[in-house]
Amino acid sequence: MLQTVSEALTLLGTLDQDVVAIAALSLRVSASAVLVAALVGIPLGALVALAEWPGRQVLVTLLNAAMGLPPVIIGLILYLMLSRSGPLGSLGLLFTPTAMIAAQAVLVTPLVAALARQTIADANASLGEQLRSLRLSLAQRVLVLIYDVRFSLVTIVLAAFGRAISEIGAVLVVGGNIAGHTRTMTTAISLETQKGDLALALAFGLVLMGLVVAVNATAAMLKSFALRAYG
Amino acid sequence: MSAVPSIRIEGLRYEAGGRTIIDGLDLVLPGRGITAIIGPNGAGKSVTLRLIDGLLRPQAGTIRIGEGEDVRRAFVFQRPTLIRASAARNVAVALAPLGLTRAERKDRVEAALRRVGLFDRADDPALKLSGGEQQRLALARAWATRPGLLLLDEPTASLDPAATERMERLVAEMAGEGIAIILVSHNLGQVARLAQEVVVLAAGRVVEQGAIRQILSQPHSPEAKAYIRGEYEWVSTAAAS
Amino acid sequence: MGFHRRGVLSLCLALALAWPAVLAGRARAEPAETITVASTTSTEQSGLFKHLLPVFTAAKNIGVKVVALGTGQALDVGRRGDADVVFVHDTKAEEAFLAEGFASKRQDVMYNDFVIVGPKSDPARAGGKDVLEALRRIAAAKAPFISRGDRSGTHAAELRYWKAADVDVAATKGEWYKEIGQGMGPALNTASASNAYLLSDRGTWLSFKNRGDLTILVAGDRRLFNQYGVMLVNPVKHPQVKVAAGQAFIDWLVSKPGQEAIASYKIDGEQLFFPNATPDSKGQ
Repeated sequence: MLQTVSEALTLLGTLDQDVVAIAALSLRVSASAVLVAALVGIPLGALVALAEWPGRQVLVTLLNAAMGLPPVIIGLILYLMLSRSGPLGSLGLLFTPTAMIAAQAVLVTPLVAALARQTIADANASLGEQLRSLRLSLAQRVLVLIYDVRFSLVTIVLAAFGRAISEIGAVLVVGGNIAGHTRTMTTAISLETQKGDLALALAFGLVLMGLVVAVNATAAMLKSFALRAYG
Repeated sequence: MSAVPSIRIEGLRYEAGGRTIIDGLDLVLPGRGITAIIGPNGAGKSVTLRLIDGLLRPQAGTIRIGEGEDVRRAFVFQRPTLIRASAARNVAVALAPLGLTRAERKDRVEAALRRVGLFDRADDPALKLSGGEQQRLALARAWATRPGLLLLDEPTASLDPAATERMERLVAEMAGEGIAIILVSHNLGQVARLAQEVVVLAAGRVVEQGAIRQILSQPHSPEAKAYIRGEYEWVSTAAAS
Repeated sequence: MGFHRRGVLSLCLALALAWPAVLAGRARAEPAETITVASTTSTEQSGLFKHLLPVFTAAKNIGVKVVALGTGQALDVGRRGDADVVFVHDTKAEEAFLAEGFASKRQDVMYNDFVIVGPKSDPARAGGKDVLEALRRIAAAKAPFISRGDRSGTHAAELRYWKAADVDVAATKGEWYKEIGQGMGPALNTASASNAYLLSDRGTWLSFKNRGDLTILVAGDRRLFNQYGVMLVNPVKHPQVKVAAGQAFIDWLVSKPGQEAIASYKIDGEQLFFPNATPDSKGQ
């Protein structure tokens, strides 16, 4: 165990080219996926929080349930869609980083939307009447509320990033874990573990954990900064 | 924009959660000066204010403000409802639906902050202001939209005497500028200081209306008498029926 | 609407904090064309492709993306049209693939051999040259045995050996015989952790690092030879198949340079794969 850890640290120290490329791909895929999830999920969450129409509660329940969808199921569904024999096969996206971005975006959009909905609904409970009294349109109210809770939303987005970059099921199925093309840190960890190269697997694991810790620390710092600066 | 002839309310009825809150309200309010609505808790004062603003829709009845022109209304709530942004931006939010140019917006924000004595705090986070400053900022935000009718729902209920005094001065000044103001307050001293006309509500109906001095010194209705003497005990309409 | 635009902008800015890394990944010289090959975990995990592909790409300027799965899954990827070439090791399944029309030609490329790996102490006394006898002894001793259970070529081969040895493993499943439903690596890890026997291809075993107490007990039986074949996915079934580039890869594999590249892959001085493309194949 100790020997494995020290080997892993040595590997990290040498900053192997492949390790860097794999970490960069992981970052690129998950950051892109989270960007898409934020651009879709936050307005969606806000609309569900504000709009009053029948069936809203059903959508809230669906969103909350979708948060718990296993990544591998999302991967499988997307695989069937993107496969050459599937409805979107002609796009030729299977086994590409784009497919992985799509899978992770599908994975974390419900997470972003559900958490954003809760946050924005809380803000709306205290501000909504005021904003309606100011005759702001629905779109304007959504934007003001999003602005009001922007720091919480950044925290939510960072949490989504943490989930995206540490999942394996979806990227493995739609990406295929192709060396140099679609191999991410999680699929590399899995592969190296399978090959019995536990030191290399652990090296990737340390990079991944470091990233997730850094993201969480950033979120915490941002929150305390926002509280100090904006009350 | 500000010379509102009058506010006419006829047969107003509002129910929520199976309870009748406003029960056939008829009321004519003057279109200028400060009118106070007083009455015990649960009388329907805040709901009436929200119905006039349009935040709530009545099940029956009509509210006509002026002679049919669209009179702009603005609302100041008991708690200052500010967003997590600078004081200036909080005022700017209110101007978003008005279709102003950037320069016009800037001028209006500046004027509104000056109006309430917060110009030097323009860039400070609104939520870092004191309670009194926050409520003045809420008033500035309402004023910046150039309302013809200003609705105040217990705007000083959570303020200390000094902050209350400052708010009252501003409200009186705004009335002097020609803005019609409807004030809901439990502070009878405040009502006496600010209002010219008083409406007493109880159980969703008008029980008395008249000039301030007359109502406070010689109320006719038993409800108004009891309320002013501090003896009114409110019985919910649901329990009574 | 300046207020709102700025509100959205600052939100986007905050999101963009996570962004710089995104641009980092786009800076490698790509070959003119890239094909997708569905292959097996044994070829990928043994390191053969890492050795082979750079040589091919340098020679033909064609990139190769390898999706490594069990043979059954790899053939399914081909059936769905998600790969241009399949390169697997289960001759019977490959012939079925041909019969279904998903490919029009199959070519031998190379073979490696299976070995039975087990604990050094060999409690079932299975060690030797005869794979069927070894399996009978393992079954008789009810010694723990790990099966891939994943429809891979290795799994198919293992089931054939059990059948030939007249042992009904289906009946004892779960006791000493455990199906893990995973690739060769996980199977080796599981066996290493539980001191169990298993059938492995030699390549994966040689490149496997977490051996623990395991060692090769049975090897060299001719029945343990494991033939690899390659097929171009039929463009009649899947028109998007990159015929020219895919065929170029196949042609290179069975050509002299390709066969030499296969033969030259060694771990610790041991050759893992033995080229045996038939001479009638289009060489170059």
